[in-house]
Amino acid sequence: MKKKPESRMALNIDIEYVAKLASIPLDLAEKRIFNKQLPEILRYISQLNKVNTEKVEPVGHVTGLVNVTRDDKPAPSLTQEEALANAPKTYNGFFEVDAIFEEK
Amino acid sequence: MNLRKYEAVIGLEIHIELKTNSKMFCQCSAEYFGARPNSHTCPICLGLPGALPKANVESIKLVQKLGLALNCNIQLSNKFDRKNYFYPDLAKGFQISQYDQPLTSNGFIYIKNQVEQPKKINITRAHLEEDTGKLTHATINNRSVTLIDFNRSGVPLVEIVSEPDMHSSDEARDYAQKLQQIVRYLGISDADMEKGSMRIEPNVSLRNAGDKILPLYKIELKNINSFKFAQAAIEYEIERQTIILDSGKIPQQETRGWNEVKKQTVSQRSKELAHDYRYFPEPDLVPMQFDKIFISKLKTKIPELPAEKIKRFQKQYGLSAYDVDIITNDVDIANFFEQANIAYKKNTPKKIANWIIGELLRRLAQSNQKISQLDILPASLAELLYLIDSGEITNSSAKEIFNQMIKTGNTPKNLLKLMKIKSISPDELDLLVSKVLLANQQAVKDYKAGKTASIGFLIGQLHKKTQGQASPHLAKELILKKLNK
Amino acid sequence: MIIHNYTIQEASKLIAKRKIKVYEIVKAYIDKAKKLNHQFNSFLTISEETALMKAKKVDQLIADHQKLGPLAGISLAVKDLFSTKGIRTTAGSRVLENYVPVYDATVISRLNNAYTITIGKTNLDAWGHGASGENSDFGLTKNPYDPSRVSGGSSSGSAVAVATGASLAATGTDTGGSIRLPSTFCNLVGLKPTYGRVSRYGVISMASSLDTMGHITKTVFDNALVLNVTAGFDFFDSTTSQKPTDDYVSDIDKGVKGLKIGIPREYFQSLNSEIKGKILSAVKILEKFGAKVIDVSLPHTEYGVAVYYVIQTSEVSSNLARYDGIRFGFDRSKFGAEAKRRIILGTFALSAGYYDAFYLKAMKVRRLIRGDFLNAFKKIDVLICPVSPTPAFKIGEKKNDPISMYLSDIFTVNANLAGIPSLAVPCGFVKNSNNGSDPGLPVGMQIIGPDFSEKMLYQVGFAYEQETKWYLKSPKI
Repeated sequence: MKKKPESRMALNIDIEYVAKLASIPLDLAEKRIFNKQLPEILRYISQLNKVNTEKVEPVGHVTGLVNVTRDDKPAPSLTQEEALANAPKTYNGFFEVDAIFEEK
Repeated sequence: MNLRKYEAVIGLEIHIELKTNSKMFCQCSAEYFGARPNSHTCPICLGLPGALPKANVESIKLVQKLGLALNCNIQLSNKFDRKNYFYPDLAKGFQISQYDQPLTSNGFIYIKNQVEQPKKINITRAHLEEDTGKLTHATINNRSVTLIDFNRSGVPLVEIVSEPDMHSSDEARDYAQKLQQIVRYLGISDADMEKGSMRIEPNVSLRNAGDKILPLYKIELKNINSFKFAQAAIEYEIERQTIILDSGKIPQQETRGWNEVKKQTVSQRSKELAHDYRYFPEPDLVPMQFDKIFISKLKTKIPELPAEKIKRFQKQYGLSAYDVDIITNDVDIANFFEQANIAYKKNTPKKIANWIIGELLRRLAQSNQKISQLDILPASLAELLYLIDSGEITNSSAKEIFNQMIKTGNTPKNLLKLMKIKSISPDELDLLVSKVLLANQQAVKDYKAGKTASIGFLIGQLHKKTQGQASPHLAKELILKKLNK
Repeated sequence: MIIHNYTIQEASKLIAKRKIKVYEIVKAYIDKAKKLNHQFNSFLTISEETALMKAKKVDQLIADHQKLGPLAGISLAVKDLFSTKGIRTTAGSRVLENYVPVYDATVISRLNNAYTITIGKTNLDAWGHGASGENSDFGLTKNPYDPSRVSGGSSSGSAVAVATGASLAATGTDTGGSIRLPSTFCNLVGLKPTYGRVSRYGVISMASSLDTMGHITKTVFDNALVLNVTAGFDFFDSTTSQKPTDDYVSDIDKGVKGLKIGIPREYFQSLNSEIKGKILSAVKILEKFGAKVIDVSLPHTEYGVAVYYVIQTSEVSSNLARYDGIRFGFDRSKFGAEAKRRIILGTFALSAGYYDAFYLKAMKVRRLIRGDFLNAFKKIDVLICPVSPTPAFKIGEKKNDPISMYLSDIFTVNANLAGIPSLAVPCGFVKNSNNGSDPGLPVGMQIIGPDFSEKMLYQVGFAYEQETKWYLKSPKI
């Protein structure tokens, strides 16, 4: 699927791809700045390569808690009015967005 | 089956909504069907800023039960992960799911292959995740818009992923139906395709007949809301891909949706980008750990499953494989059968089976209902059979009454009065038999003199008197009883 | 005494004895907040009407001889990441400029139930992204000790609200230093509690595995009073601990006799000598009171910021995915530069092919960093180290250099990565100008302890504070 192990950190970012993946619109000026800044940050982060972590398990939860669940009991929901209170566009109790087309 | 150049390789991803009282990560009621839009929502399932999930313990248990029923390993260490992608029905911009530690994995079930032999279908995993909101497309004031209802958002879903072990649309259909049956036996979901509580996403590709390796591409099929469409979509894909392969090309890996109007699959928005889901462990939920004692306790809560029930019914009731298949298809019917059989103390399972298959199931199919929607009791069927046995009603009256029992849930005796069906009480019948014998002394003499054929005449006379309310079989029995005194 | 110089402890006594009306105090704080806001920009919303109404109600309850607890009538400023039902909550971002929550964060409910009075929502680096306060989409917050300098961030408005006498306490969030840094830059006491001690429910998430909910006050005692209300298990936050809370106020004057204080050498190696001097003289005072001072090593300290900028940005990228402008707020084009930078970086770190090298690697080094602390706490009770390598820096000084801005957190991020509590306590001033009446720029130290050791941290902080009382040195405004 994904996540092939890669021992070294990359020092460059495909800004176009990542911005699309993150659904973040960037203008030209932003792209120019990020193209300069992000590799610098990655270079800084790459000092982690110096740490030997071969036998180290990743931290799961620092709390050490497990099995925190709740019983299957319902409780009152928000009202429809509350649910929609902050929505920019609604219609008949629904949230509304411009049409999403699933088919080509 | 004709020899084909290619062999279809089919795997199924099936999503089933779990029947819990509350949603998976919040306390909103999970019974959203038919509710006003966005009336079953809260900060958590709407993904409001700051809201955090809290896992419903029941949803976890239901997946583990299913895992046990599907012969899966129940993983002792689990966690939830975030699956990140954008879509307007996904409130948080990520779905809480499970990536590398599913609750259950490595199972199998048996289906029937082309020649009705059992075939093993391997199950890769069954994991827990949350459902999304529901999109509706509409035109408002000449504008195309999409409307979103988050009532479904956060309802627990189990995703069952099979290995690509199926090679025909029939096998795929049988697998999906078997899975549906198991889920319903467990009582963990209605698994209703039309209501969307069960969704099938087949992936289909073709390889050269005889090849063992998997094809380099696969087509994922979506938007399927019945077994029939699933089968049609797979058939369509096999044809479409055959044409492409024949022309020397390789089909493009993509997601395609089934368009029921056009009866074809159509390419959906390229999901290439969306496949980079950036899974990482959900930091707002702590890991889960289970021990073997918990799992073995859970095992004791697994009811008898279809395969076992079929074996037992054949053995215990001596029914044909055909009858058993039909009766055990719906666990509620199977239970109805067993209870009616107990109530009707004549140890005639075949008779009960005939009434269920010939009458009950036929009428349910006509009205497109399930027995769980009816009030009819198994004891009522037994009561009805006793009425026939005593000669009070004929078989055809009984069928009329049964139809009303299905519709109203009323008992046969009540219906007998309400429907004003002509019936004869045993005393009345006895009196009529005596009257017939008295009025036809000659025939009685003839019979006693050895002319047994005269019995037919006497039965005919009784038939007239009762206006057909007593069955010929019973009439003969009663007349003989009196003649032989 | 001037109302604005009160501590909670003092105000609480006067209120309980009915020597002063809650309404009077709240009104004074609101007036001050309004008056100073154009100058320091510490409040994004001032909820005058609801605050005054509630003040009257609390006065009525007190007049009816109800026992309300020590926080009754105490005016509170709330960082604008905490959801407040009916009061606009912006996260300091244009994306949420008009967002009015329909529910309260757990911390807010608890404080409301303790009869505190929220006078307004405070400015911050948008989404909590920043060390200076300059990343707010609604303008930066200025430092009251020198308005040409930053207030520290991201809980910038919260610190300035308390420092300028516009509030008695303020809530904050600390993901990498966001409470401790502004507390230090503004001569205040700031607590970053143990991860899991205070509920995160209803507080706009920055990085879920690092976020902690704390608060800023003038004194250590005041700080303990607030934690008494906010701490504890929350049904709605799966990461909160069931471990019983302490009474953080009782025995706060226990002293430090016999206490073993660790000095982590990595935090002092290339430290500004003036700041180093202030911290070490604070340690001297504790030593004088009977504490033992021990040199310790936390060998993975230097990797903290790198680990932090992988984990934090990864979680940020996911936590900010819900802002799509459909159910609330504006769409994603309204994110500011720093949010975009972090979203891009975090999305990249989690994307196909890079997860192991970045996120997974960082989570492993994170374990080593926590391990450093756990090892140290086998030998010592608490650690003392600086909060910041420098005092408040000049506005604009680091604005265009993300790495140097990120390095402001170099001494604070490790406590977040380890999940352990840290109390920032003022420990003096360094010279800022030749003006004789200028108190200079505040310096602070961190008192760091093992999981759930908040009570001990307060005892240490209190012992030191009783001797020095730096909180009496108000800014000249």
